[in-house]
Amino acid sequence: MNTAKRELETNTMLLNLGPSHPAMHGALRTQIELDGELIVRAASEMGYLHRCFEKHSEHSTYQQVIPYTDRLNYLSALMNNVGYCRAVEKLLGIETPERCILIRVVMCELSRIMDHLVCVGTNLVDIGALTNFWYFFNVREKIYTLIEKVTGARLTYAYTRIGGVARDIYPDFPAEVKSVLKEVDQAVNDVRGLVVNNRIFVERTVDVGRVTKQQAIEWGFTGPCLRASGVPHDLRKSEPYYLYNEFDFDIPIAENGDTYDRTMVRFEEIRQSGRIIHQALDRLRPGPVHSDDPRVVMPPKEEVYGSIEGLMRHFKLIMHGIEPPPGEVYSATEAANGELGFYIVSDGSMHPYRIKVRPPCFPLFAAFEKMIEGLMVADAIAILGSLNIVVGELDR
Amino acid sequence: MLIIILKILIPFLIIFNMIPFLIWLERKGSAYIQDRHGPNRAAFFGIRLGGMLHSLADVLKLITKEDIIPLHVHKPFYLLAPFLALTVACVTYAVVPFAHPIEINGEPFTFQAADLNVGILYILAMASLGVYGVMLAGWSSNNKYSLLGGVRSSAQMLSYEIAMGLSLISVLMVGGSLELNNLVISQGATPWSWNFLTQPVAFFLFTTAAFAETNRNPFDLPEGESELVAGYHTEYSSMKFAMFFMAEYAHVIMASALIALLFFGGWQVPLMSTDFLREQAGLGLYILLLAHGILFMVAGIFLLTWFKKGKYGDLRDYEVLVWGIPLVLAGLGLSLYTLLHGSFDLTPLGSQIFAAVVQFMTFMAKILFFCWFFIWIRWTLPRFRYDQLMGLGWKVMLPLGLMNLAVTGIILLMR
Repeated sequence: MNTAKRELETNTMLLNLGPSHPAMHGALRTQIELDGELIVRAASEMGYLHRCFEKHSEHSTYQQVIPYTDRLNYLSALMNNVGYCRAVEKLLGIETPERCILIRVVMCELSRIMDHLVCVGTNLVDIGALTNFWYFFNVREKIYTLIEKVTGARLTYAYTRIGGVARDIYPDFPAEVKSVLKEVDQAVNDVRGLVVNNRIFVERTVDVGRVTKQQAIEWGFTGPCLRASGVPHDLRKSEPYYLYNEFDFDIPIAENGDTYDRTMVRFEEIRQSGRIIHQALDRLRPGPVHSDDPRVVMPPKEEVYGSIEGLMRHFKLIMHGIEPPPGEVYSATEAANGELGFYIVSDGSMHPYRIKVRPPCFPLFAAFEKMIEGLMVADAIAILGSLNIVVGELDR
Repeated sequence: MLIIILKILIPFLIIFNMIPFLIWLERKGSAYIQDRHGPNRAAFFGIRLGGMLHSLADVLKLITKEDIIPLHVHKPFYLLAPFLALTVACVTYAVVPFAHPIEINGEPFTFQAADLNVGILYILAMASLGVYGVMLAGWSSNNKYSLLGGVRSSAQMLSYEIAMGLSLISVLMVGGSLELNNLVISQGATPWSWNFLTQPVAFFLFTTAAFAETNRNPFDLPEGESELVAGYHTEYSSMKFAMFFMAEYAHVIMASALIALLFFGGWQVPLMSTDFLREQAGLGLYILLLAHGILFMVAGIFLLTWFKKGKYGDLRDYEVLVWGIPLVLAGLGLSLYTLLHGSFDLTPLGSQIFAAVVQFMTFMAKILFFCWFFIWIRWTLPRFRYDQLMGLGWKVMLPLGLMNLAVTGIILLMR
């Protein structure tokens, strides 16, 4: 009797997911302890893409940091540009003209759409549905082309400047954006049609990686992942910046906080971003796109060559750059993944004394190892995709 | 003796030559589904065959690639696994009938390599052996991803074989024979008497199980590239990898052939029985040749309309002419010859061969359609999770199969 009851001795297996693994977009690493296919324990490690963004910034002038911010969340680089410039402008106390703000809003919302397209597309690829990816990337390509026409770059734009944007949009831009938005809607409808009621997709994602309201707040989630858990928190509504309080748009909220909800929240956010873009484009009036504050903007050439004050201002800006008053500032914007905060300390010199970034991915990835315990390998992949972790931003 | 060798070789070569075609179909088909262009770069003196030359380029690349055998593998099994996978996938064709048997000088002549009276059992046996290739590859690679892939694959194949077997039994009960040829004959030439209508549940079960047996989406867990890197063939390179790749497509062709045979009347031409085809062979040949002539001409003219000088600025410009002009000429010649010749007068043997050729073509068309079906599904659906897959196999398909069996039995008894 005893021998029959004795169970077979089994060992768990350690499996490396990453840093080089097809589903670990970028260089993420999670070590998982497997019992068969069940994850017993998991431990994440970050830092494979650490590029010393924060330390590097301390040795750059304020303008020189802008290109570095492109490399944070490279899927929606314009939002990082805007977030950083807004923080410095807050430190300097500069008001940017309305046309600049509207252009920034349009660019931010286009970036949000692109970010969500990539996130949902790659998440579906990880789940095994490959075709949706191309439906999304086709329209993403079209948005890229539009943004390239404005900024001159396709991935790392460095488009904003402290006090404004680098150059104005071209006259046909609003019309072209509106026509591309129609195609975005079409693509979203196509993909929704393929997945929303798809039995396999629903079974793979519903109640997988569930995060309750309480947990989401405790773990510091922001953005779509927080809203999927039922917390109606969006900086664009709760602490409106720019002109977001004047636009008519809704914040999508889901209840369950599972992978399915996170995907659906993103689908809806794409649509809402489209609404914001339409309103912002309609409000666009001719005008300057850059503040005329002498601390940040170059004097016109006639002044440089015609007056000593102009020449000195030019010299100061070229040699010293922007010198904000001593002090510190925290400024947060709602990026595609959640709250993107820049904490800047200035000692009055041309270099920032300290820049600290609050990346939305960091709390998400920190919670990842807790979320996947007790689930299967395939679930871990599906959850990771739905969290949308961008390593450039996570490791900085 | 020669006939036997030919009988073995010809089906084998047909299948083997279908593999590169299927790979091309998969690439172009997925490109069509996904709004892309698909392969169109590989060219030989400007001739690209719509990207089909990529398969040739792939073969050359895979053959000439360094064959890496990692130090940590269990070498005998590691080497054996790809051969096993491909061999098992290929030998299954031995029992597939390609046309109605004909009589030459009073001797029956069958269009299958081995006319086994237990054809279906042979297919099931060979399909079960297929798991060994995958399992051995997964185990002998001594790699955790491969091991997980091998475990998934063996569990999956074992569970789905049961559903497959159950669905087959009900087909056997209706058809009353284990011999594939008899099963096809018993289905008749009318599409509404084919088994997919008389045995719809068995058809769905068998198709699902066939997807699982071929390890393709939505059942591609053993590979599951986003989870297990490449699953059981992670450690394989060059031609060994290609053998697994070919085995997958060979399995697809075999599964398509089986679906066509068991549920869609195999080589039966819709609405035209073998006797009808043999009686009307002369007229049939006339119509067939004329139709082909017109088809060639239409295809050739269609190709010629694509011609635009300076499109690429090199030899590729003239590719459509290289194919289009001969096609138009051949089509023109064929139609003129047929029209001038009038109706054909065939000998009894000739009419039998004509019927066999038409049936063979019909069968291949059916196989190709189901191959396309496999590709279509693969690029549309997401992948299952391991436990869901097992749940579907044991909790849904097995009871359904048993129920279908009971219902079929009762109906057959009542009749």
